[in-house]
Amino acid sequence: MENSVIISIEKLVKQFPMGQGVFTALNEIDLTVQKGEFSGLIGPSGSGKTTLLNIVGSLDAPTRGEATVLGQPISKLGPREAARLRKENLGFIFQSYNLLQVHTVYENVEFPLLLLNIQAAERRKMVMDALEWVGLTSKEKSKPPQLSGGECQRVAIARAMVKRPSLVLADEPTANLDAANSHHILQTMVKLNEELGTTFLFATHDEKVISYLRRKIYLLDGKIDKIEHVAVNDTVPS
Amino acid sequence: MIRFLIKGLIRDKSRSALPIIVVAIGVMLTVFMHAYIAGIMGDTIEMNARFSEGHMKVTTRAYAAEIDQVPNDLAILEADGLVSKLENQFAGVSWASRIKFGGLIDAPDENGETKAQGPAMGIGIDLLSTESEEPARLNLTKSLVRGQMPRQSGEVLISDHFATKLGVNIGDPVTLIGSTMEGGMSMYNFTVAGTLSFGMEAMDRGTIIADLTDVGKALQMEGAAGEILGFLPDGFYDHEEAVKMAEAFNAGYSGDQDEYAPQMVALGQQEKMSFYVELSEVWLYYISLIFIIAMSLVLWNAGLLGGLRRYGEVGIRLAMGEEKRHVYVTMIWESVFIGLAGSVVGTGIGLFCAWLLQKYGLDISGMMEGSSVMMPSVIRARITPPDLWLGFFPGLLSTVIGTMLSGIGIFKRQTARLFKELEA
Repeated sequence: MENSVIISIEKLVKQFPMGQGVFTALNEIDLTVQKGEFSGLIGPSGSGKTTLLNIVGSLDAPTRGEATVLGQPISKLGPREAARLRKENLGFIFQSYNLLQVHTVYENVEFPLLLLNIQAAERRKMVMDALEWVGLTSKEKSKPPQLSGGECQRVAIARAMVKRPSLVLADEPTANLDAANSHHILQTMVKLNEELGTTFLFATHDEKVISYLRRKIYLLDGKIDKIEHVAVNDTVPS
Repeated sequence: MIRFLIKGLIRDKSRSALPIIVVAIGVMLTVFMHAYIAGIMGDTIEMNARFSEGHMKVTTRAYAAEIDQVPNDLAILEADGLVSKLENQFAGVSWASRIKFGGLIDAPDENGETKAQGPAMGIGIDLLSTESEEPARLNLTKSLVRGQMPRQSGEVLISDHFATKLGVNIGDPVTLIGSTMEGGMSMYNFTVAGTLSFGMEAMDRGTIIADLTDVGKALQMEGAAGEILGFLPDGFYDHEEAVKMAEAFNAGYSGDQDEYAPQMVALGQQEKMSFYVELSEVWLYYISLIFIIAMSLVLWNAGLLGGLRRYGEVGIRLAMGEEKRHVYVTMIWESVFIGLAGSVVGTGIGLFCAWLLQKYGLDISGMMEGSSVMMPSVIRARITPPDLWLGFFPGLLSTVIGTMLSGIGIFKRQTARLFKELEA
């Protein structure tokens, strides 16, 4: 059972300097996420969900306490180790897609594999697999400006998933999408979660995203307010 | 990975073409301005060289000691022999014998009686031989106001202002009254072939130019020359080169105690010109330095802004797991490429523009009508060796330093902060 824990957070505190004092964004957080979960941090703006996601993603370090991700204590990672953790094990999906605009869909998805020095032939297979997951094989030569918002976010998902990471962190992934595209994106992610066993952790306050989550972790003023578990059959794929 | 970065660089025009154009323009201006300033500074030196001092000047030691008095009694005898020797010793250098003289010009009326007289400053040069470079060197053909260039012995050119003052016309006789080399009185008749405008008050006031042989006859200095002027092959004064030649020539006479032995002096060593040569070098140095610093700041800023503009891309690459160090190194390599490409293109265009201005010049004579300031009427640039590498300081160094600073600025931010701003 111990091996199935992918994120372990203990008494985590994150403070930011503010004027003469400090602002406490996260206050004594304790949380565990199991492998294969499809869970989300839910809360209004300023509740600390993005800060927590950043710490889990080794983009930031805690002020006190510890966040252990895939067995690696974030507070003890140097820049190089943190980069390696992201490169090998983590995938990121952003609100505004953040694709490299001058590169094609194929090249955007290929980029994480270049960092892993994967051979060209294998790389091509992995990229095409990822594009097939998100239904964009026909758009491999297109560039982001030629795509719709939904298609861009699907490219971002393919980019996050192409290296088959253990954990995908998605920060408000549907904030710039309409309802139909949001559901399509979320269904894609649910499918990848189920088929590949990838763990997804969201930061969101979007009801559409919340409706898909199987574990809802509510944050309020930097603390965990409540956690809800949803049975697999109760999720709402439309 | 390298191919991926190159693709991005080539496709993103704001990352490649635009910065290369900005760097190229900055470098082009630096190179062109340096050549232009060198040309302006050099023009005054060249004008003095052509009319009076040469790049190198050979006289007797005794003549040099009293050069301000133009002591033709101390002139070089058998000047042609010395010119041949100089031509053998310094291949490519053009040597020209000249006699400077002073005297009175007498203009007679139709009865042969004096109509008008005036003091004149004269120069005897090789006007008549076909291979002579002297008329072109003094720009005489273009300076003609009336008449034509002398075609035979006994003809003379006279400044137009002087001719008007004396009331002489083309074809009129004038008499030079002066002193011979031996100190006796001389009188020699010339026919006015043409009148000149030098654009310089000092020369327009009363200058006559006659063939060297005629002046030799008039002053009983046949075969002699007051001064032998040397002009470097590319037509521009090179102080180090001229000094080296002067030292080499003078070394051949170091054991000779004869006060009539020849001695060579570089233009920058001559009392009248040394200050100006030094001044122009200092001015060129400081003006160029100021311009390079100003252009460096502009291109430094361009590099800085170019780097900062890539905030978002840097954030994405870090999120994908690329190490900060690797991102930083690739940004610097890109800026090296941009700086190098821009510097090469800018230097090429700058040199081409400078070459055009050096070859064809910019005629500003129309703007100088009535001006009494002694300055050239055609502005020319001058390409010098520093023009080949000067532009690389602002072009390459500033661009790279700007990128390095922007990279440090980006990476000093916490990675998470980068993402927050990336999302904004």
